[in-house]
Amino acid sequence: MGSLVIIFKRELGSYFATPLAYIFIVIFLISNGIFTFDLGGLYVRGQADLLPFFSFHPWLYLFMVPAIGMSLWADERKTGTIELLLTLPVRLSDVVVGKFLAAWALTGIALALTFPIWLTVNYLGDPDNGVILAAYIGSWFMAGGFLSIASCMSACTKNSVIAFILTVSICFLFVIMGSPILLDAFPSWFPQILVDAFSAMGFLTHFDSIAKGVLDIRDFLFFSVFIAAWLMASAIVIEMKKAN
Amino acid sequence: MIKITNLTKKFGQFTAIDNLSFDISEGEVLGFLGPNGAGKSTTMKLITGFISPTAGTVTIDGHDISDEPIAAKSLMGYLPEGAPSYGDMTTWDFLAFVAQVRGFRGSEISRRVQQAIDEVELGSVSQQTIETLSKGFKRRVGLAQAIMHDPKVLILDEPTDGLDPNQKHHVRELIKNLARDKIVIISTHILEEVTAVCSRAIIISQGKIVADGTPAELEAKSKYHQAVSVRLTQDYDLEADLKDVPEVAAVEKDEENELTFTILTKEGKSIFAQVSEIAQSKQWPITEFHVSRGQLEDVFRTVTQLDAQPDSASGSQNQRGVE
Repeated sequence: MGSLVIIFKRELGSYFATPLAYIFIVIFLISNGIFTFDLGGLYVRGQADLLPFFSFHPWLYLFMVPAIGMSLWADERKTGTIELLLTLPVRLSDVVVGKFLAAWALTGIALALTFPIWLTVNYLGDPDNGVILAAYIGSWFMAGGFLSIASCMSACTKNSVIAFILTVSICFLFVIMGSPILLDAFPSWFPQILVDAFSAMGFLTHFDSIAKGVLDIRDFLFFSVFIAAWLMASAIVIEMKKAN
Repeated sequence: MIKITNLTKKFGQFTAIDNLSFDISEGEVLGFLGPNGAGKSTTMKLITGFISPTAGTVTIDGHDISDEPIAAKSLMGYLPEGAPSYGDMTTWDFLAFVAQVRGFRGSEISRRVQQAIDEVELGSVSQQTIETLSKGFKRRVGLAQAIMHDPKVLILDEPTDGLDPNQKHHVRELIKNLARDKIVIISTHILEEVTAVCSRAIIISQGKIVADGTPAELEAKSKYHQAVSVRLTQDYDLEADLKDVPEVAAVEKDEENELTFTILTKEGKSIFAQVSEIAQSKQWPITEFHVSRGQLEDVFRTVTQLDAQPDSASGSQNQRGVE
């Protein structure tokens, strides 16, 4: 457990040692403001909830989370520090999880800093704060899902731009998987069980209910398993590709 | 002690390391030599456990690097090729990070970091971010992280690459001082370094050992071993005087210096006495006269070019594998 915490601290510290963390947070907050108030029409709806705020998150994360995750491993490979790191007496799993948690913590910090929007609805009306809290946690778990894909894609290449493009593409696939447009495209003879399985993998399927305040433990379980699977894949890719 | 048994590493079809076996015991400074792409770095990566072998084992003090990686890695300090480090951290923070990962806690962290900084003379840049440092300082940061836990085994991939002559000298002194109770493995293509610091040298080519011995033993394999080199003041037919000496193999004319000749011997026999006698009796116009110990460079070229020439295609593949 020791080295996981040390790596987590170093990684998180390095985000804040460069302008990266600050730029990420500022752009995240500005985009959230625009989406929520302008496009989402928070005031116009006249309802004291944060649905417009949360429903844009999948699309916001689609571009912002890969931007943090793209350099997780690609940069280590490019600068050769991966060789230094993995010849220290640490387990690969500690490094993979430590790095992931640091990036996830950064998205958590950015998400927590949107609290003025929460204050606004509380000032204007009387929202269900339990629902909002659940949605916040759900949103953070979804960010973790995106990030775990980024971790794996970043392990595949030395080039962080390629990692970014791959991550965005795969994340996009997972976002739209559950959407009706895609599901209607399946021919009628296609086994329903496969269509359901396909739809169950979609981020929107799980996140929409969380955003609306339907607290289902299965949705959180989905994201947890999803993250674990992609992190395991990251470790396998690193183990396979570190030689070249 | 390090025990390497039948170590083999393949990248696809290409064999980078081919059935390598050797032992290294405490107190030895092993120089690892070979042309670019011969497998020096790959061997170091296998010993340090960065990559896993296709076949064979590496054990460090009884700990197999594949079965007990953490125990084996704790015993080693490693400077990878190019001395990578986290550019956005300061020297101090970076070393403190490595110290923590190495398991030091509390005040021991700053004690270790300070000690390592003093040892490689990094005090002046301890608060600078590493990316702003010169190549020589970066390499010393890499050295500092490798030695800070006083490891039993120190593996340095081209430790003096990019250093100026003073720094090179300093690093060599450091290695000699560290070597007393440790195993040090350095890879280099600077041959003088091997003579300067190593107690043993292994030359590998195409993933195989082609020579193994003390620097003196390797030098003895050179055709220049025991050869007598003379420098004349005016042209003189040395061969005519020497043709009756059976031990003389040939007289070589130096390509660069007009009046310098090297008298080669047969099978490393000493000819110093005979030649000096003839020189005196025939009154050779001599200004310099000395016996050569042999040239490592000559041995290196002989053993690595024998089998390296036939296919150049595998050479480029090798580069990729090692990188």
